[in-house]
Amino acid sequence: MMRRLMLIATFIVAAAAGPASAERLVVSLSNHRVAVTSSFVGEELVLFGTVEPDPATAPLHPPYNLVVTVSGPRQTMRTRRKQRMAGIWVNVDSREFVGVPTYLAVLSNRPVTEIANEDTLRRLQIGLDNFLLPQRIGIDLADTVRDDPFRSAFVRLENQQGLYRESGTAVTFLTPTVFRAAIPMPAAVSTGNYAIDVQLFAGGLLVARTNSALEVIKTGFEQYVADAARDYGLFYGLATAVMALLIGWFASLVFARE
Amino acid sequence: MQIYLPIADLPVNVFLVLAMGLAVGYISGMFGIGGGFLMTPLLIFIGIPPAVAVATVSSHIAASSFTGAISYWRRRALDIALAMMLLSAGIIGTATGVWLFTELRALDQLDLMIGLSYVTLLTIVGVMMIYESLRAEMRTRHGQPATLRRPGSHTWLHGLPFKLRFKRSKIYVSAIPVWAIGFTIGFVGAIMGIGGGFLLVPMLIYFLRVPTATVIGTSMVLTLVTMASATVMHAATNHLVDAVLALILMVGGVIGAQFGARMGQKMRGERLRLLLGLLVFAVGCRFAFELVVRPDDLYSLRYVRPE
Repeated sequence: MMRRLMLIATFIVAAAAGPASAERLVVSLSNHRVAVTSSFVGEELVLFGTVEPDPATAPLHPPYNLVVTVSGPRQTMRTRRKQRMAGIWVNVDSREFVGVPTYLAVLSNRPVTEIANEDTLRRLQIGLDNFLLPQRIGIDLADTVRDDPFRSAFVRLENQQGLYRESGTAVTFLTPTVFRAAIPMPAAVSTGNYAIDVQLFAGGLLVARTNSALEVIKTGFEQYVADAARDYGLFYGLATAVMALLIGWFASLVFARE
Repeated sequence: MQIYLPIADLPVNVFLVLAMGLAVGYISGMFGIGGGFLMTPLLIFIGIPPAVAVATVSSHIAASSFTGAISYWRRRALDIALAMMLLSAGIIGTATGVWLFTELRALDQLDLMIGLSYVTLLTIVGVMMIYESLRAEMRTRHGQPATLRRPGSHTWLHGLPFKLRFKRSKIYVSAIPVWAIGFTIGFVGAIMGIGGGFLLVPMLIYFLRVPTATVIGTSMVLTLVTMASATVMHAATNHLVDAVLALILMVGGVIGAQFGARMGQKMRGERLRLLLGLLVFAVGCRFAFELVVRPDDLYSLRYVRPE
């Protein structure tokens, strides 16, 4: 179901971009691989790019607007709502968000609502309000209206953790055709593959689009520990228990001598 | 100094975690408890996911209770036979607790259940301990010896069948209350993510009349075995044990526990129980406050599964 929705979305986008575009985007990411080490406290990646004429002799039509959407590996989350029952606060209602990104950043050179009209933004899924966040409703999956309380609570809570963000100032045009986008990667980012979708607008219409990707990986000791915990759970657990016993034993030796 | 935790997936300040380990270790050494009921909420408070906190704390408690158990073993102050009897029922209790844990988690009522059990248990146990220790204090003031062991005073518990003799503790009791206590501790421990020492010690004293000489050592053996196996089980099934976090906590914990134990030996038993009672009661009130006061945010998120 999810895949079908995505397919439809891609199809619509492909149709919208059209074949007769006169611009082409060339982008380069400062780093395609974010390494999570023991001292990782977050990082900022930079995406550089230019708007090139296509074919080379075609005229360009600035001013341009740029939207960069970065989405992390997918996961299923549940949003729960508390209500007072018999004097105490209890979770009474919940919604499951299926296959939503662990990280979602919508970065642009001005607020997205000033870049294109509502319909276009909605169709291209630009902005936190328009990004497809499917909820499980009965046996079906669908995104609801944007002011659905569970949807806005979900986005707000993810935003508080720095994982969902929308910034109208993160992209800067250095010249009318050269731009730079700052992609913030907070310390809490999940490991996995991240998709970067770069969309160029002129006069409220999508004129060019390109993709890039980055990968967040654990390295060194962190990778080793995480791998061991996942692949050899039992041995990892036994090793941790033995470590606990050794430390306990060692402490009693050290302190018994005094 | 920040260090990235590989399983919790976030950076923490090493010194903050070390200090928490020391502080909880000090308290646990002083009172002869595991300290899980303090450590788990503290870890959740600094942002560690609750599931990782519960799983990791078990290894920390295993380390500090092993240190404790060794020193009690040297002083011949533990009753292996009694510990084994408690354990046999404790394992069944743990399995039941883990099953209920999973069921409640699926219904989104786990937080409520944890909150309610913390409030109920901690406030009741806290009040009982405060009351009992104050009475003992009064008796000492009036010149009577404060003794918990009254050989003649048998309760209805002593009339039950399947009697067993535990030589080290010098008690002769039915296996039924022993199993019931073991089961309760295992069950509660799995639900609340605690070792249960603060419940087990008073239960052994009040219900089974285990002498103070062997009670703490015996409780530590039980805690050690349940927490070490909980570590292995959590790691094997949910992959939630963070070894790096565990290591920092353990180092702080065992050092703190040594100093705490020294402080505890200087204090009188009644005074110690009064302090522990107040601490337990305070933590219980903190949880009650959380349940009753309107939360800042009515909504919360829970991770279900990766795609």
